[in-house]
Amino acid sequence: MKDRLKLVVFLTVIAFIIQATVAFAQSEGETADSVISEQPVTPPPKPVIVSGEDIPNDNGHKLKLNWEYPAEWNDSIVRFEIYRADSPDGDFRRLGEAAGGIFSYLDIGSKKKDDPNYMPNDQNLYYRVDAVSKSGVTVQSEIGGPFQTSGQWFHKGKVPVLIGVVLFAIFTIYFIRSARKGKDLYIRPLAGIEAVDEAIGRATEMGKPILYVLGIGGASDIATIASFTILGRVAKKVAEYQTALTVPCYDPIVMSVAQDVVRSAYLEAGRPDQYSDDLVFFVTNAQFAYVAGINGIMVRDLPATNFYLGYFAAESLILAETGNSIGAIQIAGTDQITQIPFFVVACDYTLIGEELYAASAYLGRDPLLLGALKAEDWGKAIAMVLIIVGVLATAFGWDAFREFLRVNL
Amino acid sequence: MNIFEKMVGLDRRWVFLFLFVVVTGAYFFRNSFSVNVTTTREVRSIYDFVENLDPGSKILISFDYDPSSLAELHPMSRAILMQCFRKGVRVIGVTLSQYGAGMVEEAFRKFGSEADSLYNTHVEYGKDYCFIGYRPYPGFVILGMGENFRIFFPRDYYDTPLDDLPIMQGVRNYDDIEGVIAITSGTTADMWVIYGNARYNMPLALGVTGVMATDYYPYLGNAIFGLIGGWKGAAEYEKLIGEKDAATAGMPAQVAAHLTIVLFILIGNIGFLLSRRSKKTGN
Amino acid sequence: MKRRVPLAMVFIVSLFMVIQYFVPLDSLAWMYQYLLDWTIIIGVFALLLGIWSLWHVSYGKIKQRAENWQYSIVTLAGLFIMIISGFIPGWGNLNNYVYEHLFYYVLVPIQATMFSLLAFFISSAAFRAFRARSILASLLLFAGLVIMLRFVPMGPVSTVVADLAGWILRVPNMAAKRAIIIGIGLGAMATAFKIMFGIERSYLGRD
Repeated sequence: MKDRLKLVVFLTVIAFIIQATVAFAQSEGETADSVISEQPVTPPPKPVIVSGEDIPNDNGHKLKLNWEYPAEWNDSIVRFEIYRADSPDGDFRRLGEAAGGIFSYLDIGSKKKDDPNYMPNDQNLYYRVDAVSKSGVTVQSEIGGPFQTSGQWFHKGKVPVLIGVVLFAIFTIYFIRSARKGKDLYIRPLAGIEAVDEAIGRATEMGKPILYVLGIGGASDIATIASFTILGRVAKKVAEYQTALTVPCYDPIVMSVAQDVVRSAYLEAGRPDQYSDDLVFFVTNAQFAYVAGINGIMVRDLPATNFYLGYFAAESLILAETGNSIGAIQIAGTDQITQIPFFVVACDYTLIGEELYAASAYLGRDPLLLGALKAEDWGKAIAMVLIIVGVLATAFGWDAFREFLRVNL
Repeated sequence: MNIFEKMVGLDRRWVFLFLFVVVTGAYFFRNSFSVNVTTTREVRSIYDFVENLDPGSKILISFDYDPSSLAELHPMSRAILMQCFRKGVRVIGVTLSQYGAGMVEEAFRKFGSEADSLYNTHVEYGKDYCFIGYRPYPGFVILGMGENFRIFFPRDYYDTPLDDLPIMQGVRNYDDIEGVIAITSGTTADMWVIYGNARYNMPLALGVTGVMATDYYPYLGNAIFGLIGGWKGAAEYEKLIGEKDAATAGMPAQVAAHLTIVLFILIGNIGFLLSRRSKKTGN
Repeated sequence: MKRRVPLAMVFIVSLFMVIQYFVPLDSLAWMYQYLLDWTIIIGVFALLLGIWSLWHVSYGKIKQRAENWQYSIVTLAGLFIMIISGFIPGWGNLNNYVYEHLFYYVLVPIQATMFSLLAFFISSAAFRAFRARSILASLLLFAGLVIMLRFVPMGPVSTVVADLAGWILRVPNMAAKRAIIIGIGLGAMATAFKIMFGIERSYLGRD
C-alpha cells in the first residue's frame, strides 16, 4: 500500500514538473507581432467574392460566404455589408455586416417560406458584398454565385457518438442475454444499500418516522430515476413494518411519480389502506426554501432515519448536518461529485456516483438490470483503452486516430 | 477527558459562534485592511473574451440564480455587465430561475445607469441590452433557444415582440451571437454544459458560487472557456475591469472565514495527534 | 395493457430523440420543437398538481389541528400573498410596490440566510473531516489547506500557494472528476437504454 502511495506521489510530482515545463515553453514561444499599415489615399478597391460554402451536417439554410480584400486596406474599411438575392438581377436584401478585416460571413437563413429571410435549399443564391470605408465611400463587389445550400440525411461529425452508442447497445444486449441464460454476474456489495433494512428497522424500534428526500432533480434526471427504485424498496419495507414515512418533494412531476411508486409499494406489501397521498407531498421548487422546509420537518418530527438519494447541490451539507445533529441514521447517494464529500462527512453511508444507478440492479437482482450493469463495466474498460491510446496518439502525433474520434458538432 | 480530547471533540456550536464573530468583525472593519487579489487564467479568459469583442457584438448572459445566492453572484453579474456596457457589447439577458425575473430587471436598470454615470455611456433598452424574461424548465429552454429564441420567448419581459427590438434583429439562435455567459447557482450550470454547449457548440463560460466552482474545472478548455467562482472570482473580475466593488469589499470577510476554518482544522489535528500520542504512551 | 401503452410511448419517443440527434432534417427539427413545447405544457400543469398537494397537506394539518399546525398557516399565507401580489391586474411585470417589497425585503434576506448557513456547516464539517488519520487523509488535509489558503494574502508565498492551488484544481482534481464523470456518463447511458427498452420501469410504479 505504502509503495503504491509513493508511486502515486512520485507520478504526481513528475506530472507537475512536466506540465510546468510545457507551460513555460509555451509562454516563451508566444510572440506578439503587430503590423502597422499605412493609410492609403486612393479609393478603396472592390471586394471579390471567392466562394459560398454550404455548411455540412445540417438541415441546410446556412451558407458561409468568403471574399478577398487587399490586406493593406484593412485599416481603411469600417465594415462589409452582405446582400443576397434569388437571381443576379433580383432584389438584393441586406443580411448583415462583417467588421473590416473579416472576410467571411455566415448567412443563416430561415426555413419558413413566409419569413423575409427565407433561404431555400437546392436553389441558386446570389450574393453581393459592399465595402464601406472610413470616409463613407461604399464600393460594391461583382455579383457572386450561384451558390446552393442543402440539407443532409446524416450528421457525419457525430459518427464516433453513433459508434459508441451502437457498441454500448451491443454490449447491453449481449450481457442481458447471458444473464437470462443463467450466467452468474457478480456485483460487489454496496454498504449503503445493505444498510437500508437495518435503518428502517431502527426507526421502527424507536417508533420514529423515516424521511426520504429525492433531491432537487427533475423526473428525467438519472439520479432521480435511480432514487425512485430505492424509494419503492424502502416504502415496501416501511409498509411491512408499519413505520411512518415522509417524502417531501421539490418537483411536482417527481412528486406525482413518487406517489405512484409509494402507492404501488404499499399495495405490494398488502397495506394499501395505510397509504395516503399526503405521505408524498410537494414543498416548493425553490432550492433553499425546500431545505428550510425539510430542516423544519427534521427538527420537529425527529426522524430516526434519513435517506438523501438523488440529485443534490449546495443544500446537501445543510440537510446532512441538520440530520446529523438530531442523531438520525443517514444514507445518502448522489451523482453530483462535489456533494459527495459533504455526504461522506455527515452521513453514515454514501452511494458514490454510479453506485446510485447500480442500486436498482443490486436491489432487484433482476438479470436484465445486472446485464446492463455489466455492459457499463465493459464501456469503462473501452474508455480506459481509448484514453491510453489517445495519450499515445497525441504524444506520437498519430493525428488520424484523434481525427477519427473527434466529434464535430 | 483531557484537553487534547476536548480539542478533538469540540462542540460545533463553538465553531459556529467563533466564525460568526470573526466574519462579522472582518466585515465591519473591512476598510482597515485590503486583500491583494491575484487573477487566475479561468477568470481572465472571460474578461479577454468580452474585451476582444467588437462594439456592437452580441452575447447572451443567463442570470440563473435566486435571492439565496444574490450576495455571491450579483457582484460578478455587475462586473461583466459594466465591462459590456463600457465596451459597447450588446447583452441579451435571460433568467432560468423562477425568482430571477425581478432581480435581473432591476440589475439591468441599476448597472445600466451606473455605467452611464461612470463611463458616460447612454445604455439604452432594446439597443444595447434587452431582457427576454423567465421560462420554467431550464433544460428545455436552453434547447429551445438553440433552435430559436422566439420558441419560448416570442416577447420580451416587457411584452414587446422580440422582432421589434433592434438588438434582436437577425438574432435567431446561438449561431447569431458571440457566446453565452451563464451566471448560475444551481443545476442549470450542468444544463448549459450538456444541453447548450454539447448540443449547439456555442462558446460558453460559467459564473458559479464558490462551493460549485470545483465541479466545473473538468469542463475548462473544452465545454467552457472560462469560469468565475464565487466572490473570489468576482473580485478578480473587478480587478480586471479596474473597478473595486462589493466582491472586493467582501474579500476581508472571506479571508477571515477561511483563516478561521484553517485554524479549527489545525486545532482538531493537533488535538488528534497529541491525544493519540498520549494514548500510546499510556498517559 | 396498462403498462404496454406507456412503455411503447417511451420507446417511440426515445427512439425519435436518438434519431433526431443524428439526422438534421427540417421535419425532425420541427417535431423536436413540438415535443419541447409539450414538455413545458406538461410542466405547467404539474406545477398546479404541486400547489394542490401543498394546499391539501397544509389545510389538512390546520383542519385536524395536527402538531405544529400553525406553521401550515404561515405556509399557505406565504403562497397566496405572493401569488396575489404578482397577479394583481395593472401592476404588470412583477414591478409593483407590494411584490417588489416582499421580494427584496422578505424573500431575499430569508433565502440568503439559508444559503449562508452553508458557511457554518462547512466549517464544522471541515473541522471534523480533515484529520491526519492516515497518509491518504493527510494528503487530503494538505490539499484542502492549500485550496483554502489561496484566498489568504501571505506576501510572496501567495503566488506559490495560488499556483499550487490552481494546479491541484486543474490537474489531479480535474483528472479524478473526469474519471467519475466518464463512469456517470456510461451509467446514465445504460439507464437511458434500460428505460428505452422497458427494463427499468420503477418510474411507472411497481408491477
